[in-house]
Amino acid sequence: MKLKYLLPLAVFVVIAIFLGVGLERDPRLVPSPLINKPAPSFSLSTLADPRRVMTRNDMLGKVWLFNVWASWCVSCREEHPLLVALSKADIVPIYGLNYKDNRKDAQQWLDNWGNPYVQVATDMDGKVGIDYGVYGVPETYVIDKKGIIRYKQIGPLTTDILKNKIIPMVRELQG
Amino acid sequence: MIPEIGHFALMLALCLTLVQGTLPIIGAQRNIPNWIALAKPVAQGQFVFIGLAFFSLMYAFVAHDYSVLYVAEHSNSDLPLPYRMAAVWGGHEGSLLLWAFILSIWMLAVTLFSRRLPADMVARVLGVMGLVSMGFLLFMLTTSDPFERLIPAAVDGQDLNPLLQDPGLTMHPPMLYMGYVGFSVAFSFAIAALLSGKLDAAWARWSRPWTTVAWMFLTVGIAAGSWWSYYELGWGGWWFWDPVENASFMPWLMGTALLHSLAVTEKRGSFKSWTVLLAIFAFSLSLLGTFLVRSGVLTSVHAFATDPRRGLFILAFLVVVVGGSLILYAIRAPKVGLGGRFQLVSKETLLLCNNVLFVVAAGSVLLGTLYPLVLDAMGLGKLSVGPPYFDFVFAILMAPMVFLMGLGPIARWKKASLPDLAVRLRWAFVISVVTALVVPFIMGRWSPLTSLGLLLAFWLITTIFYNLWSKIKRNPDAPWRELARLPRSYYAMQVAHLGVAVFVIGVTMVKSYEVEEDRSMAVGDTAVVKGYTFRFDGVVDRKGPNYTAREGFIHVSDKNGDEVTILHPEKRIYEEQANPTTEASIYPGLFRDIYASLGEPLDNGGWSVRIYYKPFVRWIWFGCFIMAFGGLLALTDRRYRFAIRQQPAVGEATDGSRDAPKGAPSLAMESKH
Repeated sequence: MKLKYLLPLAVFVVIAIFLGVGLERDPRLVPSPLINKPAPSFSLSTLADPRRVMTRNDMLGKVWLFNVWASWCVSCREEHPLLVALSKADIVPIYGLNYKDNRKDAQQWLDNWGNPYVQVATDMDGKVGIDYGVYGVPETYVIDKKGIIRYKQIGPLTTDILKNKIIPMVRELQG
Repeated sequence: MIPEIGHFALMLALCLTLVQGTLPIIGAQRNIPNWIALAKPVAQGQFVFIGLAFFSLMYAFVAHDYSVLYVAEHSNSDLPLPYRMAAVWGGHEGSLLLWAFILSIWMLAVTLFSRRLPADMVARVLGVMGLVSMGFLLFMLTTSDPFERLIPAAVDGQDLNPLLQDPGLTMHPPMLYMGYVGFSVAFSFAIAALLSGKLDAAWARWSRPWTTVAWMFLTVGIAAGSWWSYYELGWGGWWFWDPVENASFMPWLMGTALLHSLAVTEKRGSFKSWTVLLAIFAFSLSLLGTFLVRSGVLTSVHAFATDPRRGLFILAFLVVVVGGSLILYAIRAPKVGLGGRFQLVSKETLLLCNNVLFVVAAGSVLLGTLYPLVLDAMGLGKLSVGPPYFDFVFAILMAPMVFLMGLGPIARWKKASLPDLAVRLRWAFVISVVTALVVPFIMGRWSPLTSLGLLLAFWLITTIFYNLWSKIKRNPDAPWRELARLPRSYYAMQVAHLGVAVFVIGVTMVKSYEVEEDRSMAVGDTAVVKGYTFRFDGVVDRKGPNYTAREGFIHVSDKNGDEVTILHPEKRIYEEQANPTTEASIYPGLFRDIYASLGEPLDNGGWSVRIYYKPFVRWIWFGCFIMAFGGLLALTDRRYRFAIRQQPAVGEATDGSRDAPKGAPSLAMESKH
């Protein structure tokens, strides 16, 4: 009889436990099914010169970062100084995928904030983004010499992730 | 200097909560009149200090004080004044301050409108509210100080999120918070009743007006948010089952159940412990909503800056408040007793079904919102639950609900007869079925869900009119006198239910007959949608106060070639945040909206243009406003205006059609005389 009145409390305790565990988790860490799979191929015009085409196979033979960004994305601006610093350190080439953006804005953005990219592919309609399972901008992929995706970062890069995860991984893949 | 005053005022307010949350409650338990008497002045002091803090922050915004971190993050010298004022609640810290401020407004209201209440009851209610306020002030001062200085000061601010620079959205959060936080009053009444051990009809009667006001604000707030997302996000959708939307919707569902349950407790003395539980749930879900939005456990389009420290604090707070209340409930509720008895077929049973359906609906929204989190916590992977789940579950729960809504007001208290109801409502049912079949035929397309939606809506409407007609029938010679004799609260209920019917019609028609077309259009291209011809006349650049816009011109003409309107959808780039927003252009109508928004510019100089035809879409929000108006009517009922100190005998109303007890009872609210 008395137990019945404890039921709401019991339900709440269960919910609270899950909420507590949930706090420890990062909702952005969605595992990508593409990890350890070949990076989807693409063929897109570059931002610098619309007549030039950039494909996935251009980068075969080197370890590279593929950074998905857009001029409309606030978090991209947050991580941008890190990318610029990384490109100056000359550790790994960074290629960009300009996602659902327009050329003028994107170019303006790079002029304003600096261009860390060796080259930027323009994915205006976001089709390549779909192939890569882009979940939210920005995202960064680590792709190895054979064109296999090794790591995916959803959301902006941080110094911590770069130092402790991406750079060691790049060094290891570079051999 | 002003920000320091604000900060200091918050600290003083926190000190006052230490008094407010302890002495009056202890005083009420031990019967110490001086301690009981502390409750009101201390609560009013709270209001003064939190108000001072709130307006200090607003002043910092108005005066462009970029040495305040929060102002530098959410304002800009080009931001127009109304938005600078609304920017106070444009971010995490400020919304918390708004939360606390609104809570203090509610406390002030309790002190002003409770002269007829026993002093110990008021002391307990204000004490519980003081404890809630203490939690929020502590949260603000320890993890989210809105007055933090930025030294050296920024030259200019980073501007308010462009999506929030919109007249609709400036009012949406205060409305929503009025509702959210308003449930704290019902909650405090429930806890006070549990503390005192007096869970009676008087308690339910005191709680009712407060719950109604909170519910009204929440209804309007949710509708305003939905309206905003309709024209601002540029997708033409009006509800997305986003975790943040759900966070406001769950308390609404629970609050609606609470309103109905309170009616039973007041009039029949039944459902007592259930009503208390609902009051606890409604406010718990408001707190949970705050937790979900602020802690970053779920991702959402509304996501504010997330910080695990904040999440931990809110979780701890949630555990103390909800866990504490439920423990109190488990100890006290078993002594409450059963209250009035009733038969299986009766108004009570129908209202119980209403309660159960609303609670299950709130539960399934909670489940859908938390499911990704639960799976993740158990290490079963990540996923998100989308609209398909919610739409499906909701349709299943709401269909029987709306059907019962037609029966509820007509059924008698205590004992009703099914065959009798069936006979009385046969024509209402026939008319609804015929309408549900004929309308799709006129519209040219039929689907089972269209008919179901229309059937339910017309069922509601016809039963409402049947109900009115049956009142007139009692005295056919003087129908108007008969109608005038019905209490305001009766009309309030019927109006609110009519609002639901209007809402259901809106949803059904939009879902069944909307047309959405994405076209790529060069200048001069035309598109024909639902008989309207849309001609794209190009795009010009335009400059706003703090943004540049590309404004499109779309000429709309009807079948005869006559001009209907010229639409001006815009794509805006806000300078400081370089963040484009879409401003849809809408030609509104009672029976249809014509809606256009600009997509992306194309390489050939054209644009991708979205053209929507949305039949009856306005009815969705009209319905919500009618529901809220029903709430307003209920508040103006005589019982709440004239406070006559007279305890009514519980359970005296036996006639199913008479909703107001004859003896006007004493009241918690007595605003106008």
